[in-house]
Amino acid sequence: MNGVELAFVLLGAVALGAGFLVVTTSRIVHAALWLAVSLGAVAGCFLLLTAELLAWVQVLIYVGAVVVLVLFALMLTRAPIGPAPGAARGRVVLAAVVAAATAGVLLVTLLAGLGGEVIDLEAADIGGGEAVGSALFRAWVLPFEALSVLLLAALVGAIVLSRGRGDEDGR
Amino acid sequence: MRLAFPLVVSAFLFSLGVFGVLVRRNAVLVLMSVELMLNGVNLNLVAFDAWWADALHGGQVLTLFVITIAAAEVGLGLAIVLLVFRNRGTSDLTDLGLLDERTEDDQRPADVDQPEDAR
Amino acid sequence: MMPVLVVLTPFVAAAAGLVVGRNRLLAQRVAVVGTGIALALSVGMGVMVWVGGPSVDEWGTVPTGWVPVTIATRADGLGATLAIMVSSVALCVQIYSTAYMHRQPRYGTFAALVSLFTAAMLLVVLADDLIVLLVGWEVMGICSALLIGHHWEREEARSASVKAFVVTRLGDVGLLAGILVMADLTGSFRISELQQSATASTALTVGLVLMLCGVVGKSAQVPLHVWLPDAMAGPTPVSALIHAATMVAAGVFLVARLHSVYLLSSVALAILAIVASATMLLAALAALAQDDYKRVLAWSTSSQLAYMLGALAVGGYSAGLFHLLAHGAFKALLFLAAGAIAHALGTTMLPDMGGLRRSMPMTYLVSSLGLAALVGLPPLVGFFSKESVLGAAEEAALHGGPLPAWSAWLVLLAGLATVLLTAAYATRAWLLAFRGPPRWSGAAHDPPPAMRTPVVALAVPTVVLGVLAFMPAVVSAMFDPGDQVAAEPEGLSFDVGTAVVSLALVGMGALAVFAEWRRTGQRDPSVSLGQAHGLLADGFGVDRLYDTVIVRPFLALSRLVVASDRDVIHAYVRGAGRSARALGGLPHAAQAGHVQGYVTAVLAFVVILAAAGAGAALL
Repeated sequence: MNGVELAFVLLGAVALGAGFLVVTTSRIVHAALWLAVSLGAVAGCFLLLTAELLAWVQVLIYVGAVVVLVLFALMLTRAPIGPAPGAARGRVVLAAVVAAATAGVLLVTLLAGLGGEVIDLEAADIGGGEAVGSALFRAWVLPFEALSVLLLAALVGAIVLSRGRGDEDGR
Repeated sequence: MRLAFPLVVSAFLFSLGVFGVLVRRNAVLVLMSVELMLNGVNLNLVAFDAWWADALHGGQVLTLFVITIAAAEVGLGLAIVLLVFRNRGTSDLTDLGLLDERTEDDQRPADVDQPEDAR
Repeated sequence: MMPVLVVLTPFVAAAAGLVVGRNRLLAQRVAVVGTGIALALSVGMGVMVWVGGPSVDEWGTVPTGWVPVTIATRADGLGATLAIMVSSVALCVQIYSTAYMHRQPRYGTFAALVSLFTAAMLLVVLADDLIVLLVGWEVMGICSALLIGHHWEREEARSASVKAFVVTRLGDVGLLAGILVMADLTGSFRISELQQSATASTALTVGLVLMLCGVVGKSAQVPLHVWLPDAMAGPTPVSALIHAATMVAAGVFLVARLHSVYLLSSVALAILAIVASATMLLAALAALAQDDYKRVLAWSTSSQLAYMLGALAVGGYSAGLFHLLAHGAFKALLFLAAGAIAHALGTTMLPDMGGLRRSMPMTYLVSSLGLAALVGLPPLVGFFSKESVLGAAEEAALHGGPLPAWSAWLVLLAGLATVLLTAAYATRAWLLAFRGPPRWSGAAHDPPPAMRTPVVALAVPTVVLGVLAFMPAVVSAMFDPGDQVAAEPEGLSFDVGTAVVSLALVGMGALAVFAEWRRTGQRDPSVSLGQAHGLLADGFGVDRLYDTVIVRPFLALSRLVVASDRDVIHAYVRGAGRSARALGGLPHAAQAGHVQGYVTAVLAFVVILAAAGAGAALL
C-alpha cells in the first residue's frame, strides 16, 4: 500500500466513523456536528482522487451551508440538547438488516465487477477549475442552466414555505 | 490507488445513510442521513471519474450537480420540517401518523355480534 | 250432498264470525243462526237416511303417490244421530254463550272458533275417508286448545291450552301411524273399504292398537288423561261443548265407527278394556277429592268415557253409543249449570258454595237431575244407559264375547265399583254445592233467560231419553253404521242382576257420603279420606310423574340445544367473523402510517431484487 492509499484509508475511516456516529448517537446536535466531520473527510477523499474543485465546493456548500442550515433547523424545531429517545429495538434490528443487505449487495456487485482495477492518478487530468469549468460550460451547459432554474425554484419555494400563514395578513 | 478502496468506502457510507433514514426519529436527522447517502454516491462518482478519465469529466460534473441539488433539497426539506413543527408541535416521526389508515373500531377486539349476546 | 252442507254451514258461520267479530250483536246472530241451520240440516239428513237408507258421496280424489285420499262423506244412522247431537249441544252452547260471555273480551273470536269446532266435529262424524276424518280430528284439537286458552291473560289458561294440545297430539301420532297401517293393509283410506275388506291378522291388530292411542288421547283415558282436568281453565261453555259432549266423544265415535273391524281383534279389545277399567276407577277416585266443581265434572267425564269405551270393548255397540248420547246430554247440562253458578257467585270452588238450593232453585233442580242421571237413578236416561253398559259386560263375561273373558270381567267389576264411587263423588258435590249453610256472601240468583233456556232444553233428554231402552228398532236405526257387513251390531241388553247390584251400590255410596257429611258438621266429607285425600286430589301424582320423566328432560334437552346452538354453531359463525377480522388485521398493521416502516419495506425488496439480479448476473 502506498502513501495515497494509506491516506485514503485513514480519511475513509474518519468519514465512516463519523457517519456511524451521525446515525447512532442519541444527542441530536452532536449528530449534526459529526455530519460536518464526515463531510469534511469526504472532501479530503476528493482531494486524494485529484478532484480539487470538487473538494472545495464540498467544503463550501456542504460543511459551510448545509450543516449550518441543519443546525438552524434543529434550533428552530427545538431539538433537545441532551440525549433523546431512540427508535424501538425491533425497528433498529430490521433497519440494520436492510442496511447490511444493501451494503452486501453493493459490495458484491462493485467488487465482483471492478475489484481489481487501479486508478492511474499520474495520468488523470487534475480536476482543477479550468478543466471542470471548460467541461461544465461547454458540454454540460444545458443541464447547468436547468440547474440554476432549479435552484431559483428551490429558493422561492423555501421562502414561501417558511413564511407561514401569519405573515400574509401582515401581522 | 486501487479502485476498490473508494468503492468500499462509498458503499459503506451509503449503507450508513440507509440505516439512518430507516431508524432515526427526528425528521432533521433523517435529512442528514440522506446527505450521507448522497455523499456516498458522490464519492463513487468521483472515483469512477478518476479511473475512467474521460474527456467530458462526466463524473465530477455530475457530482457538482448532485451537490447543488442536494443543497436545494435540504433547504426545501428543512422548510417543510419547520412548517410541520409549527403545525403539529413536533418533529418526531413516530408522532406524525397522518398516513395511519386504521380507524377507531379497528382497535377493538373483533366481536362480531355483541347485541345478540347481550341476554 | 247433505253431509257436505251440514259440515260447511258452521264452517261458513265461523268465517263470517271472524269477519264481523268486532260487532258483538252481529257475531252472536251469525253464530246462533249458523248453528241452528246446521241443526236443521242434520235433522233433515236424519230423515233422509231414515227414509232412503245410508249413502256415500264422493267429491274427488287427492293423489298422494301411494294410497290416494278420497274426499268422501257418508250419511247413515250413526252419523246422522251424532250430527244431530253435536249440533243441538252446540246450539245450546252458542245461545248460552251470548249471555255467559256478555262482558268477556274477544267474544267474536270465541263464537267463530266454536262454530269452526262444530264444523270439524261434524266432519269427523260424517267422513268416509280416514284422512278426511283426521283433518276434522286435528282441527278440533286446535280449536280446543285455542278455546281453552281464551283467557290468555291467565297463566293457567295458557299452560292448560299447551298441555291439551301437546298431550292429544301425542296420541294423534299413534292415530296417524294406525291409519297408515290400515291403509297399507286394505289399500285404501276409505272407511267403507276398511269395513268390507278387513280380515283378522297381526298387522290389523297393530293398526287398531295404534289408532287406540289417538282415542286414548282425545278421550282423556289413562295414560293421556292429564289434560282434561286442567282444561277447565277455559270458559264453561267450552267445557260443556268440547270437553263433555263432543270432542272427547270423538274417540269413542272412532272406535264405534270402526267397530266391525275392532271385533276382528280380541287383543285390541282386551287392551281397550284394560285402559277403560283403569281409567274408570282412577278418574272416579280422583273426582272424590277435588275442590273445584268443574274439575269434579272433568274427572267424571274421563270416568264416563271409560264406560263407553268399556262397552265397545266388550262388544256392546249400542250400549256404548247410548251412553255417549246420554252423557252428552246430562254432562253438558251439568257444565252449563256450573257455569250459571260461576256467573252468579264468581267461583266454581265447592268449599265456597253451599245452600244454593234456596238461592238458585232452577239451577238446583236441573243440577240434581243431571247428577242423578250421572249416578244412574231410574227413570233418568243415565240409569238405562249405564245398565246397558253393565249388561253388555255381564253378557260378554258370562256368555263369551269378542274379547277374552277375563277382560270382560275386568270391565264388569270395574264398572260396578265405579258405580259406587260415582255415587260418592256426585253426592259430595251435590251436598257441598246445594245443601247446608251457605259459605258465600252476597246475592245469587238464577241465570238470565239466554242461559236458562239451553239448560232446561238439555234437561229434557236427560229425563226422557231413557225411553229408548224400550225401542230397540229405533236404537238400531239410530246407530246403524251403514255398512254392508253381515253381522248386525249388538242391541241393548239389560240384566236384572246387575241392575239390582248397581242400585244397591249407588245407595251405599250416597249414604256413606251423606253420613260423613252429617258427621263432620256439613263440611267436606272427603277430608275423612285422611292421607289419601292429597293423593287423590293430585290425580295420583301422574302429572308430577310426567313432569319428572318427560317434561324436565325435554326442557333440559331444549336448553342443551339452545346452548349448543349458541356456543357451538354460533361460535363458528362468530369465529368466522373474528378470524376474518384477525386475518385482516395482519396486513392492516402494515398500514399503520409509519413512513420509515414503508421505506424499510421498499428498500428491503429493492435489495432483494438487486441481489437476485446480481446473483443471476454473476452465476
